[in-house]
Amino acid sequence: MNPGKILLVEDNPDDVALTLRALKSHNITNDVVVAQDGAQALDYLFGTEGKSPAEKELPAVVLLDLKLPKVNGMEVLQRIRASEGTRLLPVVILTSSDEERDVIEGYSLGANSYVRKPVDFVEFTQAAKQLGLYWLLMNRAPPVPRRP
Amino acid sequence: MSVRDWPIKRKLTAILVLISGLVLLLTSAAFAGYQYWSLRQATRDALSVRGRIIAANSTASLAFSNEADARELLSALRADPHIVAAVLYDKGGHVFAAYPADVAGNAVPGVPGPDGYRFERGRLIGFQPVEEAGSQRLGTLYLASDLAVIYDTLRLSGVIGLAVMGVALLAAYLLSMVLQGTISQPILALAETAKAVSTRQDYSVRAPKLGEDELGALTDAFNQMLGRIADQKDELQRHAADLERRVEERTHELQERNESLRRNAAELLAANTELDAFAYSVSHDLRAPLRSIDGFSQILLEDYAARLDEGGRESLHRVRAASQRMGTLIDDLLKLARVTRAEMRTEDVDLSGMARDIASELQRAAPERQVEFAIAAGLKARGDARLLRVALDNLLRNSWKYTAKRPGARVEFASVDANGGQAFAVRDNGAGFDMKYADKLFGVFQRLHSAAEFEGTGVGLATVRRIINRHGGRIWAEGAVDQGATFYFTL
Repeated sequence: MNPGKILLVEDNPDDVALTLRALKSHNITNDVVVAQDGAQALDYLFGTEGKSPAEKELPAVVLLDLKLPKVNGMEVLQRIRASEGTRLLPVVILTSSDEERDVIEGYSLGANSYVRKPVDFVEFTQAAKQLGLYWLLMNRAPPVPRRP
Repeated sequence: MSVRDWPIKRKLTAILVLISGLVLLLTSAAFAGYQYWSLRQATRDALSVRGRIIAANSTASLAFSNEADARELLSALRADPHIVAAVLYDKGGHVFAAYPADVAGNAVPGVPGPDGYRFERGRLIGFQPVEEAGSQRLGTLYLASDLAVIYDTLRLSGVIGLAVMGVALLAAYLLSMVLQGTISQPILALAETAKAVSTRQDYSVRAPKLGEDELGALTDAFNQMLGRIADQKDELQRHAADLERRVEERTHELQERNESLRRNAAELLAANTELDAFAYSVSHDLRAPLRSIDGFSQILLEDYAARLDEGGRESLHRVRAASQRMGTLIDDLLKLARVTRAEMRTEDVDLSGMARDIASELQRAAPERQVEFAIAAGLKARGDARLLRVALDNLLRNSWKYTAKRPGARVEFASVDANGGQAFAVRDNGAGFDMKYADKLFGVFQRLHSAAEFEGTGVGLATVRRIINRHGGRIWAEGAVDQGATFYFTL
């Protein structure tokens, strides 16, 4: 199994629980780091002010919700794409909405994929499995850029 | 200044003077002619009388050839200064005696001419036979008189005539100066009034009427005309004022309407923005709890199935079904909201092609079904392609759905005539509906079939109607239970 981590940016604890269960039920055992809002996600990726990033290693994929407290998903995506160290990081938008403007804005800002969370948990589990398999196993991650 | 440009006063005076002058001239000429003629007659008569007297007196001188006597007789003619010459011829035609005595031989005829008096070479001459009582001719008397009498008289008459004419013309001139006023005065007054009207645009002035003649009638007509012009001008002004007032009113009305339109537009924009925000938050927030309900129900079923009896499991299944159904409802409502919010882009739309695409999509999704599609070719319309696609998709999908239990299912898309206009029709031979409920077909969440019979949320036809309405069209349906349904729409 790929040792890469998953960064799950999700404010709803139910969704966190369901997502984790869905991943686990398909034996995707990679570490899942949960950020409960956009600010936490940015802290994780870029480090809090004055401190270096907590983790040296970037996650294999970011599962990004859009409607988040403090800093919303689109801003997080924007920051990820704007930074030299993270601009190639695979980001999958995983959200409730299938509003067209979200889809367009998400792809415009450089999302690699846009997945809508189905209400049906069985379908949701399937989606999580597919995502895990694809981004952690099938997808060739971009080379890790040298950090300054 | 040519005569044409003379003031009317001068023209009238000139005409009067000219006419009087002409009349005077003609009268004078006639009188002069008559006087000339009568003077000549009188002069000739006088000379002939004188000739006969002298002839009678000279018979003795001739009879006795007494030359001295004859000369003396002739010299008596001195008393008349107009007699310029006199000759007495003897029987043989020779000059016997002449007057004046020294008259040149060539100044008098050498032999007597024919008897009688006549005017010749500016003179009056006459040959008078000298006869005795016994009618024996003794000789001839010749008399020549100048015409000074005639000319003096004529000259005098001429002078008098000229003087009279001068006085008469002066009188005519003075009289005409006074009298022409009766004609020129009203005309000048008219001209003055017309000038005042044209320069001051004052239609209240009136020309003074100076008589009941044609000029009076003209003045009346002119004044009436002015009155009418003034009336019409007043009326025009009233109309103009009225028009102006109405334009102002309309402008005001328009401004108010514009204002209210602007307000409406602003309200609409606000409402749209609100709806947008509402739909967005529904899209994001309303589905999350459903996911939790469904997800944790499923977890209960998976992890705690052993601790639940059949009824508990059944209940959880129902919870899941309900939450999923609500998810679908939310999605359909969002679609309806999207149809309302979407910006319209009008273009030519190939409805036939669109219908064929949808039909093959349906066919692909359920290849086990046998449905005959009859799609008329070449149906076109102007509208928003995306919205029309949603509408057509809903209608065809409906037909597809409601013919599911029908063997020999048939779905038709065609153009029909509706009250002289073009309407499109989607017809099927499916479950149909009771016309009693036709008005409920297009309401949101209104269904004529249970979910068990035919699944659905009751949002589809509401969405279709919203789209047709946004195109300014109309949608209606006809059908009967188990006889199929036809949905008509115009664009």
